[in-house]
Amino acid sequence: MDESVLTDHPGSVEKQRHSSGWGKKLAPYLLSLPAGVWLLLLFIVPLCILLIQSLETCSPATGQCVMTWSWGELPRQVNLYHQQFITSLIFAAIATVIDLVISFPIAYWIAFYGGRRKNFFLIMLLVPFFVSFIIRTIVWEFILSNNGFILTFLRHQHLVPAGFHVLGTSYAVIAGLAYNYLPFTALPLYVAIERIDRRVLDAAYDLYANRREAFLRVILPLSMPGIFAAFLLTFIPAFGDYVNQEILGGTGNTMIGTVIQNSFLVNFDYAGGASLSVVLLAVALVGIWLYARLLGTSTINEYL
Amino acid sequence: MSIETTPDVVAKTPRERSFGRRRKIGRFALPTYSWLVIAYLVFPIAIMIVYSFNRIIGGLQLVSFSWNGFTTLWYQQWSNVPGLTAAFWLSIRLALVSTVIATVLGTFLAIALVRYRSNKFRGKVAVEQILFLNIAAPEIVMGASLLGLFVTLNIGRGFVTLVLAHVMFSIAYVTVTVRARLAGFDRSLEEAAYDLGANPLATFRLVTLPLIMPGVLAGALMAFALSIDDFVTSNFVSGSSDPFPVWVYGATRVGIPPQVFVFGTFIFMVGIGFAFMSIVLSRK
Repeated sequence: MDESVLTDHPGSVEKQRHSSGWGKKLAPYLLSLPAGVWLLLLFIVPLCILLIQSLETCSPATGQCVMTWSWGELPRQVNLYHQQFITSLIFAAIATVIDLVISFPIAYWIAFYGGRRKNFFLIMLLVPFFVSFIIRTIVWEFILSNNGFILTFLRHQHLVPAGFHVLGTSYAVIAGLAYNYLPFTALPLYVAIERIDRRVLDAAYDLYANRREAFLRVILPLSMPGIFAAFLLTFIPAFGDYVNQEILGGTGNTMIGTVIQNSFLVNFDYAGGASLSVVLLAVALVGIWLYARLLGTSTINEYL
Repeated sequence: MSIETTPDVVAKTPRERSFGRRRKIGRFALPTYSWLVIAYLVFPIAIMIVYSFNRIIGGLQLVSFSWNGFTTLWYQQWSNVPGLTAAFWLSIRLALVSTVIATVLGTFLAIALVRYRSNKFRGKVAVEQILFLNIAAPEIVMGASLLGLFVTLNIGRGFVTLVLAHVMFSIAYVTVTVRARLAGFDRSLEEAAYDLGANPLATFRLVTLPLIMPGVLAGALMAFALSIDDFVTSNFVSGSSDPFPVWVYGATRVGIPPQVFVFGTFIFMVGIGFAFMSIVLSRK
């Protein structure tokens, strides 16, 4: 390169001026500062406060909380509400498995046979998100209610006994969870299956794999990252969910989210609520940590 | 489907045989099943829209499951429930404000994450982990912890705390969305602008921003959708000013006025309209 020509060129001087000095070095920090501060003050700091609050002791009579550095609240709350934790774990796990089973074939179909209408089908998968979460759940309450048309029809046909009901049962809660979080499962599965190289599948058939083998030994292993992402994005929100249980469930199947919400907003027992939240977060962190170890944190970008 | 040309053989290769079977499944069983799943996803929405046109007999104007005939009365009287209308406008204002803030902050952060490697941007890994944690953490924990913060600092709950919270949970989604679109960005275009004498601000405004605009808009839509639908966090930090989902949730205890379905239908139509518009635009 001829240096004398380049230094004569006005643009090269400009470029040098901008690419050197403090401005360039500080640029990444300046760009990330506003968002970073926002997340630090409103996401990280509150989580720390939550931890600290779980060490306080609150008086049930006055609602006043005093810092006592007592670790006793955590085991006490877990002891009191372990049943609700177990219920939440079971409901979330069942709903997640149902969602995986329901959405795998449709994700596979859209990825392999969607053709030019892929985007249309993806929007159809996302359709529940265009209606408010609360309204969706309320509509299911109406549909499943005792005088809703489904149960009325079934009773008229004598397919179910007269006292049969769905609302209030665990089935209703699990069905609500499965419906509300289905898109969170279907989309990551679609992304993972879409990426599978067809030639690998063709190679499997060339090597005399039958359909079952091709599925179990090619498609399923290659869509594993999507299954993990789907699990993370479905199980954790379902585990902490309380709207479905509050609207569709009954007194016998209270989930831990309801207890936490009541601790904070009804009983003003901040120490108790904070303790339960810390436990809930710890359980979620196990899943989050596993995902990060297996797939790396940046892969979540691809599944949203 | 295959790239290489198959040599002339009389017998069918195993792939061809299985391909026939695969096509059969692709042609009939899978599409039928998939349309059934789509029908299941659409079903409650269809019910909501249909029952927003249901006549109501009796004194209390609350949604019931008996079909009493078609009426557009609730669309004419869409603003007749004072608390609901106020909650709806609050949600719109909240979504607009938090979307603007979250989109600006999230876009800047995405640019920093795409442009600079961790040797030039110390703390990049930590920022990425915080974003991941923010997306994956259970919402009830985030809501509860924000309540703890506001109570500890003695900050009165209302519109401001709602904006603070909504921006907080939107930033990560905006960053992730914008970042995905930035990945294929051609930086030589910016260098060309510098070479032609543009300053950094002019380069950003005239070159960078127009190029990343589709990603920024996608991020903004995401933030808007998240904000307008948020219940869990809002319920913790709203105080007495209820956004739309919080108001509807509160109303479930006494009964739902039919206008809720009217608003729901309206939000659905606008959302689906935007979604299909984005398909049409991306085809160009």
